[in-house]
Amino acid sequence: MKNLAVGESPPLLVVEDLQTHFFTRRGVTKAVDGVSFTLRAGETLALVGESGSGKSVTCLSLVRLVPEPAGRIVGGRILLDGEDLLDKSAAEMRRIRGKQIAMVLQDPMTSLNPALTIGTQVSEVVRLHQGLRGPSLRERVLEALSRLRIPGADSRLRHYQHQLSGGMRQRVSSAIAMSCAPRLLIADEPTTSLDVTIQAQYLDLLKEVQAASGVAVILVTHDFGIVAANADRVAVMYAGRIVEIGTTLDVFNHPAHPYTRALLRCLPDVELKHARLVEIGGQPPDLTRLPPGCPFAPRCPERQPRCDTEYPPAVSVKNGHVAHCWVAVGAEAPPR
Amino acid sequence: MLQGVGLKKYFSAARGFAIGRPRGVIKALDGVSVQVAEGETLGIVGESGSGKTTLAKLFLLLERPTAGSLLFDGKATDTFDRADLARYRRAVQAVFQDPYSSLNPRMRVEHIVSEPLPRDDGMSRAAVRERVAEVLQLVGLRRDSAALYPHEFSGGQRQRIAIARALVTYPKFIVLDEPVSALDVSIRAQILNLLKELQERLGLAYIMISHDLAAARYLATRLAVMYAGRLVETGECDAVYTEPFHPYTQALLSAALPLHPSARRQRIVLTGEVPNPMNPPAGCRFHPRCPRVMPECATREPEFKEVKPGRVTACHLY
Repeated sequence: MKNLAVGESPPLLVVEDLQTHFFTRRGVTKAVDGVSFTLRAGETLALVGESGSGKSVTCLSLVRLVPEPAGRIVGGRILLDGEDLLDKSAAEMRRIRGKQIAMVLQDPMTSLNPALTIGTQVSEVVRLHQGLRGPSLRERVLEALSRLRIPGADSRLRHYQHQLSGGMRQRVSSAIAMSCAPRLLIADEPTTSLDVTIQAQYLDLLKEVQAASGVAVILVTHDFGIVAANADRVAVMYAGRIVEIGTTLDVFNHPAHPYTRALLRCLPDVELKHARLVEIGGQPPDLTRLPPGCPFAPRCPERQPRCDTEYPPAVSVKNGHVAHCWVAVGAEAPPR
Repeated sequence: MLQGVGLKKYFSAARGFAIGRPRGVIKALDGVSVQVAEGETLGIVGESGSGKTTLAKLFLLLERPTAGSLLFDGKATDTFDRADLARYRRAVQAVFQDPYSSLNPRMRVEHIVSEPLPRDDGMSRAAVRERVAEVLQLVGLRRDSAALYPHEFSGGQRQRIAIARALVTYPKFIVLDEPVSALDVSIRAQILNLLKELQERLGLAYIMISHDLAAARYLATRLAVMYAGRLVETGECDAVYTEPFHPYTQALLSAALPLHPSARRQRIVLTGEVPNPMNPPAGCRFHPRCPRVMPECATREPEFKEVKPGRVTACHLY
């Protein structure tokens, strides 16, 4: 599944120390607080974490759609092919969204417009980004729909979203996303509203489309089963930061951060009959009142005194496998 | 013992604002027989539209069956008098999916938790208060949480309040409708463990409705798999997971993703979608999607057969 040649090309996307904060009456919420990662063409990176961990805000930041004025990107760089998206004007960003970076959202019921036909919604994107008109536009739209295996694409053009099933709606919104051959596809919980058998269909299809087009995918999910089956690399987020990142095999086989280890242990596995699940005590932290040290420290079974005072630096466990923890398991050199 | 015999629930699609919508009958539940014994957990799994929530509503007497009957300790619920009904409502309680919408934000926890207690059985205010504190403690909350409002609690704690409310009447059966689906992954284990502990301590029986196959496996002792308003397979939970008989169960379980990247097992990817409940296919309802379909599947409806001791499935393959 891992393609080594992919690993040698320069990264498509480089995110460095991204910080997105929300300024509210209750104080500053550091929704994303120093997130860094890279992504290569054709690769799938899973962003996994609980609600409030910053996965979705990271994605919104990448397309500069953080809800303003409360939310602002206050620091960092987002390099797509070496160009910083944070330097782009609003007009330039509009040309990038949909063309270079496309998104698929959780609930196609709300991401598709109920008052417009499927045909209108798919052709809007193709017309705006590729300037096509008339029969060639129609051809491109049909091609986009059939690439996502939408049966009877011709007659679907006149349908509205309520005439489609959930799985079919998600295919339509993916067809819209893929219609202009984007370099990067951000899929934010794309299967949460789908049934398991439909989820399996959709994820297989996404893999197929990715293999054919070479698009890089950021897959946001809270489901470790989806990560295990679909991602090349995984970034585990907690309280606005990536606490561990590495190849899916490394992270699942040798989780270095106590949070990752606890999460993998506390989930029931469909393949096993558990006597009792190992719990993670406590609650995810309040993002307006983060502790000065590691935000997971209050819930961590391996907490040390310094965990409460200093945020741990990145520790390399293995080539490309990094954890932010003072007591990371398997670290090559323990942090000073 | 709680027993459903040949339960059917049809909804009319003709009523209401339905311009241009086809008129007809939605067969949400079409002949389902299940039973739950005291102390066990019946897991009911299936996808949306399979009828699992309708079944839960029948158990809670929130809907009346179109046909069939529900028996509680051998007595049909439609013959209940007031006293029977009150006894039933105390014995069968519920915990719902979303603790943000199932708790009234304007009520204090004490009020929420004491609500299922009958008004007329002469419990003093002090006794009510004591019982509330007791169940709060049972679910791992502080006794003095009773004075607070739901917004002062996190999602996991709210689900504990919902569980406390279900426990307050000393029930024998609790219907759990997707009890952890709305919770964060790190909180799910806490709630699943709590439910298991309470079951062992109090001898409760659960009817757990879930689309989360891993969570269902953790709690259930017996499993019932539903498809398009019908049961397709029942059996001891672990046996069904390790050796599913019905092709739908096989596909459903194979679509559940194991938690390990190297555990890439053979997946059966189904084509097509769940059938329209207004116009379900003739014969076996799964036959248009079934990878092992045979000619007779389209014409004759399969009957339940005991394939192995305790393992029942409705499929022409057996």
